[in-house]
Amino acid sequence: MGILKTFSLGGIHPPENKISKSEVIESLPISKVVYIPLGQNLGAPAKAVVKRGDEVKVGQLIGKGEAFISANVHSSVSGKVKKIDNIVDTSGYKHPAIVIDVDGDEWLEDIDRSTDVKRDFNLDTAQIIEVIKEKGIVGLGGATFPSHVKLMVPDGKKADYLIINGVECEPYLTADHRIMLERGEEILIGISILMKGLGVEKALIGIENNKPDAIDNLSKLAKEFKGIEVHPLKVQYPQGGEKQLIKALVNREVPSGKLPIEVGCVVNNVGTALAIYEAVQKNKPLIERVVTVTGKSLKRTANLLVRIGTPAKELVEFVGGAPDDTGKVVNGGPMMGKALVSLDAPIVKGSSGILLFKEEETKRVEVTNCIRCGKCISVCPMGLEPVLMAQFSENKMFENLEKELVMDCIECGSCQYTCPAGRPLLDYIRIGKSKVGNIIRNRRK
Amino acid sequence: MDEIIIYAVVSLAGIGVAAAVILFFIAQKFKVIEDPRIDSVEEALPSANCGGCGFAGCRAFAETIVKNNSLEGMNCPVGGAEVMKVVAEIVGLEVEEKLPEIAVIRCNGNKANAPKKIEYDGPTTCAYAHSLSSGESGCPNGCLGLGDCVEACDFEAIFINPDTGLPVVNDNCVACGACVVACPRDIIELRPRGKKDRRIFVSCVNTEKGAVAKKNCSVACIGCGKCAKVCNFDAITIKNNLAYIDPEKCKLCRKCVEVCPTGAIHELNFPARKPKPTKEVDKPIDLTKRKAVGENDSAKVNKAAEKKNDDK
Repeated sequence: MGILKTFSLGGIHPPENKISKSEVIESLPISKVVYIPLGQNLGAPAKAVVKRGDEVKVGQLIGKGEAFISANVHSSVSGKVKKIDNIVDTSGYKHPAIVIDVDGDEWLEDIDRSTDVKRDFNLDTAQIIEVIKEKGIVGLGGATFPSHVKLMVPDGKKADYLIINGVECEPYLTADHRIMLERGEEILIGISILMKGLGVEKALIGIENNKPDAIDNLSKLAKEFKGIEVHPLKVQYPQGGEKQLIKALVNREVPSGKLPIEVGCVVNNVGTALAIYEAVQKNKPLIERVVTVTGKSLKRTANLLVRIGTPAKELVEFVGGAPDDTGKVVNGGPMMGKALVSLDAPIVKGSSGILLFKEEETKRVEVTNCIRCGKCISVCPMGLEPVLMAQFSENKMFENLEKELVMDCIECGSCQYTCPAGRPLLDYIRIGKSKVGNIIRNRRK
Repeated sequence: MDEIIIYAVVSLAGIGVAAAVILFFIAQKFKVIEDPRIDSVEEALPSANCGGCGFAGCRAFAETIVKNNSLEGMNCPVGGAEVMKVVAEIVGLEVEEKLPEIAVIRCNGNKANAPKKIEYDGPTTCAYAHSLSSGESGCPNGCLGLGDCVEACDFEAIFINPDTGLPVVNDNCVACGACVVACPRDIIELRPRGKKDRRIFVSCVNTEKGAVAKKNCSVACIGCGKCAKVCNFDAITIKNNLAYIDPEKCKLCRKCVEVCPTGAIHELNFPARKPKPTKEVDKPIDLTKRKAVGENDSAKVNKAAEKKNDDK
């Protein structure tokens, strides 16, 4: 195999715990009520285009994204709109959502529900972007950036590589692994569509080496597609960070404060590629996604195909309910995910996993003083200095914090994971980052 | 031998004298002529350098006053009216007397009123807890009780009451505004101390609809508007399901406190009311709920303050 490619700075290797990797994707039975938030993406939330009492079908537009960076929201069920209300979501706060009482499973007529794989497409770049926008596709890697905006390359810049993130570097999560095994061909067609949409000839798929079956499957299938290459990567966190992935695959470094397009790359998750295939070839908007439900104390784990808006408690019940010793339920992965405040919070476009942790697994370590060991600096994949950033943030020295390039921090958590003194580095950096972000925004005004 | 010593001493002395003379002339030529009033004003100020005036320290405050030759919008909250009068005399201007203010905590979601529904175990700073979720009680506007305000205070004027989990302001408060800025939920407000130190305020900043707010906290403001209706001085406005009492219009008549159905409006430092004869129709309103928590718990709070000093 030779030496595996990887990014150059820092990184850690937490235990992989991919206990759910052999669970075939199952469809979660549809809930009786769904709560579809209007804001499921980075950028502005959508505006509701239905009202109380309206009957909706699966795939129907219920929220229109009006700002430049925003996305459409579609109904994932058929039934009647019960109300539009503020509900607790994965952010820990209440936000507007469309609540629908489910009745049957009637889809819009123009959506192709067949499972046969459709290869050919003949849309041009502008049409592809339009379909992606219309169908509400956002980045399914977790950042939920509206995909059509990512494909709109700004004037003066050119993309020469499409990079596909099949890394899934977060421990425990296996949703992407399963779709690469079970829907490999559709993913590759989605990638071809993306290549056309972006106007590039080459696409590189990065997959971490702990998924040899997925690497084999996609490598085999990729032979039929022009310009798509599969590259195994070293198992290192955060290999799936877009800047790390670009460095590993094409050895280019994204300059501080800039986006990947600056070095001619656009990065998309494999799940997004699949959603784009379904949008273009099957006319299907983003209404469901694969979510990993896992945890060491569960009777069984699962990779579930879930309709957007399903409350998290239904996923937990499917695997036998939360065990008595459950301490936290995390939305996302253990490194960058966030604990839920309520199991009523609905699954949204960015929910990649629901993790149940035992009480003893969730105990936070005791915080002591910094011992100046420098380990946090050595593991930071962005080459920043977490010890100083956390200190400046705690002491509200925001000018110094900005000089430390805190805005380049990808919040991966490697520093906090490594700190021998148990200091909550990432937590303080996050507070500082949001303050500095506000200062920068106010400066621009 | 002696000659060398004499030469050494004389030449060194000569260099010293020459340097002194040169320095003297340079000091005269490059002398910074500052208005001597700046020094006088600075001396009159409390030297806390707390930033409560909005300037970077007492010297900066003094410089701005003297350079602009104006007292417009300038106020030292720590020194108060006394100090501002002295400053006004030094610069020979009139000063508008500002009412003394104090920090007011506009939340009464204590452990009993707003019970915990979830547990937070992250870093003990309100800023972070605020970014993660509504908080342990579920109220998205309520006090998180982790003490960012206490950290910010330079005057030991605010402490968290360990029984209620809420901050309490004592008489050390000079209304510098540091706690107001520190609170991520804008719960603390600087309000006039009031005649005889009496004040009335709505102890809630929740903007959710009444029914939703009450689910999380039993003493929330539900925006019913009864207070606004009963106020004879137009001092109360209801906006976003929340009542607000304008301190400039409020005449401290306490009618609003009586009609508030949840007990969200607080009256501080008033004498106890005479019990009204209860009518058959009306349910008696429990007026003891109306007093702010802090008033009766000063002993506990002082104990907590001492503990903090011991811990330091």
